[in-house]
This record gives sequence, C-alpha cells and structure tokens, in this order.
Amino acid sequence: MTAAELLRSDLRLLSDLVPEGSRVLDLGCGDGALLEYLRDRRACTVRGIELSTGGVTACVARGLSVIQTDLEEGLRDICDDAFDVVVVSQTLQEVRNLRQLVAEIMRVGRRAIVSYPNFGHLSARLRLGLRGRMPVSESLPYQWYDTPNLHFTTMSDFRILCEQAGMTVEREIGLRLRHGRVEHVSWAPNLRAELAVAVLVRPTA
Amino acid sequence: MAASTDAPHGGLAAASGPLRLTLDGPLRLVGGAILESVEVAYETFGTLAGDGSNAVLVCHALSGDAHVATGPDAEGRVRPGWWNGMVGPGLPIDTTRYFVICANVLGGCLGTTGPGSFDPATGQRWGLRFPLLTIEDMVDAQVRLLDALGIDTLLAVVGGSMGGMQALAFASHYPQRVRSIVAAASTARLGAQSIAFNEVGRAAILADPAFQGGGYAPDEQPRDGLAIARMIGHITYLSEGGMREKFGRRLRDREDHAFEFVSEFEVESYLAHQGRKFVERFDANTYLYMTKAMDYFDWAPPASGDLPRFLVLSFTSDWLFPTAQAREIVRQLLARGADVSFAEVESPYGHDAFLLECEQQGALIGAFLERSCALSRLTERRAS
Repeated sequence: MTAAELLRSDLRLLSDLVPEGSRVLDLGCGDGALLEYLRDRRACTVRGIELSTGGVTACVARGLSVIQTDLEEGLRDICDDAFDVVVVSQTLQEVRNLRQLVAEIMRVGRRAIVSYPNFGHLSARLRLGLRGRMPVSESLPYQWYDTPNLHFTTMSDFRILCEQAGMTVEREIGLRLRHGRVEHVSWAPNLRAELAVAVLVRPTA
Repeated sequence: MAASTDAPHGGLAAASGPLRLTLDGPLRLVGGAILESVEVAYETFGTLAGDGSNAVLVCHALSGDAHVATGPDAEGRVRPGWWNGMVGPGLPIDTTRYFVICANVLGGCLGTTGPGSFDPATGQRWGLRFPLLTIEDMVDAQVRLLDALGIDTLLAVVGGSMGGMQALAFASHYPQRVRSIVAAASTARLGAQSIAFNEVGRAAILADPAFQGGGYAPDEQPRDGLAIARMIGHITYLSEGGMREKFGRRLRDREDHAFEFVSEFEVESYLAHQGRKFVERFDANTYLYMTKAMDYFDWAPPASGDLPRFLVLSFTSDWLFPTAQAREIVRQLLARGADVSFAEVESPYGHDAFLLECEQQGALIGAFLERSCALSRLTERRAS
C-alpha cells in the first residue's frame, strides 16, 4: 500500500482540495497523517495544532511542526494571514466557543476547509423523528451522554453560520461512508450525506 | 522507553571521563570584560561520526555539571549522571548514535573558570572581582570549546531550565552552527517572581558573616547562607501537589510535636538535607553569578532566515517557568516563521520534572532528534 492509499480516505479528499505549495494549518491534526501527506506529496509548508499528547508525539516523530494547545484558547500564538489554508477535520463540532474559533480561522488564513458530521442525514432524522432516539451511526458513533461533540449541525445550518460570520461558501461536498471509504453524494446532500466538507473563503476587503 | 542506570559496557567505554581544555586566546564577555585565560571542564559520551554530523551539546542547569550521563569520575569510579534517564546507550539521547558533549558553564565551580578560580593578574582567587556574566557568555565559552574540538555544526543543542536558556541563546547567536534546539522547562526571560526568589537566595549568602565580601577561603565558605539559598531554590523546583504527596504534614522520627525550634516535619529535614548536601559540592560565589546571569537573560529570537528546528517543552506542575512562559518562546518563534513544536508534558514533579520525567519527555526529544538527524542527512545529500 502506498502512503496515499493508507491515508484515511476522507483526509485524502481534503488533501485534494489544498492547492499545491500552500501554507497549511491543521486544527486538531491528530497524528499528523494529512499534514505529512501534504508536505511530502503536495509540497506544502505545514503546521499542526493538537490537544492530545499521543497525537503531538506522533507528529514530532513524523518531523512535523506541531503545537500542543487547546483550541478553546483560540489561535493567539499565530499571526494574521500566516496561512493560505486552514484545515479543520471533524474538530469544529467539539469546540465550545465555535463562533470565536471561526473568526480566528479567518484571521490566520484566507481559506478554510472544514469537515463535520451532518446531522441532517436521513438516518438521523428517522431515528429522532420516528423512534424518538438520538442518532447513533457510523459517522456519529457516540451516545448522547458520552460524546466529544458539543454542537450538532446540518449542512443547511452550517451554511447559515458561515454567512453570518461573513464568509463565502465556495464549495460544499456531501460524503457518505461505504465500507470504510468515502463516496460523494451529489443529489440531496443534506439528506443523504453523513459527512460534509465546506470550502470557505474570506472575501477580499 | 525505560530509564536505565545499568549502561552496557560498550556505552561506558565511550564515556570520556572528566576532560579539561584551556581556550585558545582570551574570552570577551557581553558586559565588556575580558577573561585572559579560560579553562573549560567537559565530558563526552559516544563517538563523533566521521562527517561530524552527530554531535549534540547538552547544557546543564544552575547546579549541574559536565557529568550528564553514567561514566567514570576523576578517580575512575563509575557515577550516574544528572540526566541519567535521558542520556546514555539506548536512551532518548542515545550515546550509541550521538556524540554528546556537556561542559560545566563559565562562572561555574565544577571545573570551568569561575569566581573560585585564580585571577592570573593577581595570583589571588577572583571572588567578586570576577566579571558579571550572561547566559550568552556561557554559550560563547561552549562554542569556543566546540572550535577546539573541531566541531563546526551541531545536530542539536539540548537543555533544561538554565540549560534551555543556553540552547535558546545558542540558536540566536549561532544559528548557522546548529540544526535543532530543545528547550525544556525554560523561559525567554525570568518574571518578577523568579527574580525575587533568586534575590532572596543571594541575600541569604550575602548576609552570612562567613561570606567576607566573597573573599572566603574555599573550605570556609558561607555554608549557612548557601544552604538557605538552596532550600529556597528547592521549594521552587517542586510543586505544591508534589510536596503534599511526598511529605504531607508527616513528622520525622517522632510521634508528637517537640514544642522546640528543631526540625520535626519531614519537609523540614528534607530541605535541611538538600541544603547540607549542596554546600559540599557548590560554591556560594558561583551561585551569585549564575542566578544573576539568569535574571539578566532576556531572549530575542534569531532573525528570520535559515533557522534551526525547535522543540519547546513545559511541564504541567512547573510554576517556576510555567507553560505560559514556554508558550511565549513558541509565539516568538512562530512570528519568525520557525519550524517549532511545543508540548506540555503531564507531571507532578514541578520544575524538577525535566530531570525526572523521562518517559514522555524522552519520547518527544528522542523522536525530534531522530527526525533532525534524518533531515540533515537529506539536506546534505541534496547539497552534494
């Protein structure tokens, strides 16, 4: 298996959205797999922020520049416009002060690529609407009382947040998981996608 | 990665034991003074690679010395080093791979020229006539040692606490001579609280009648003052939780309070023991010069350009140089576009954690050095 195949397939999709040679900041970069790929295959200058000690150690072992910090504290160590692209892979929904972080993301980078679980997915709607139970699925695998997710959103709601924050949604991609791999959902994504990816751009003043 | 004191024979064979070298020519200090003759005490561990690419300079903290890892002392007896869990064969700073150099700092009292040395101009001990020093001067002396050893570029400079300050100063003043920097439990500048603790330690030494304006004979040094300074220092090296855990309110060798001014709580006898032990191996004048050098330290990061890689580490319970101060180093480096990594290591040991917390810290430093090594080989291949 090549490095590209080993990369989690949703990360692979995110990496395809990053222009070659970009300066990239990954918020909640985990073990640094995406950043390593972007550095080695797409000639990007990369930096990660991660809370877990295991993740930070793994990043250091990959030779990545990683800062251990809690995103709740914002990005105060990072200068304005320091990055071309800020990647936030399945992390935003775990941050308490989400609106402040979104503002910070737009301060340090012009473009953001955000992935998040889509609560508007049909199975979630059926489970809540018909069975009266909180959704639990492959993309939302947690019980309500034991979940890192503080915010639940749908693709439609997420778009509203972005517009309120003054960002342009350049692209929206719906994804679903099939046997551990991701597939695009082009028809009725807010109903059929389990995962969503949004490319956001800060309008030039 | 487990700390081991049983170094295999091959590792010991590669430990140099105490070495001394007189620097070639005088050393000009930041404050303007010139030291005509400087002797540096140092030790090496491991073997220098043919291309010199595996040299790692480890800088010691306030009370440390050149004996960083297990090896023979001057009498040939094998003694454990002060960073025994980190430096040695198979350890994170692996002496079977890296050539480790550690030197007693300028102004020290454990072999390198300091206030206890003889001033060649007068034939007397320097005492307080020894010029005031900075962290940068300590670095300059070590760079001159490297020159003498024929080492142009280091793979890494690694240090904790005051050693971390030296590593940072090295990066700023000799960025072309080092590929990576590790600063653990360190700071870019002391805050008022840390300066205050240093000042109380100095005041205790200066108030001791035996101090004699710094002109005491070596075997008649201000023992009480230096011991008190060390006791104060020790409190700042531990954490509140660590002390509660280690001593609590337990009494030593007794059931009831004595109702006398004697050492009765365990924490009291621990501090007294640390003070007594310290006085046997450390010099009061050196303590004054070292703490002053730390107080003066006010780091400016290297100018942008071809910078070394940085690993900055802090420890959760360190309140002497807390995480916020390490983050300040990181912020300054990020602003210069440096390749910097930062981690806060979980530990109950306070500031001393950098000496004791070898597993998590070791994993980070070990991985960082390994990558720095691989990257420098890559750069050399591209250059050739």
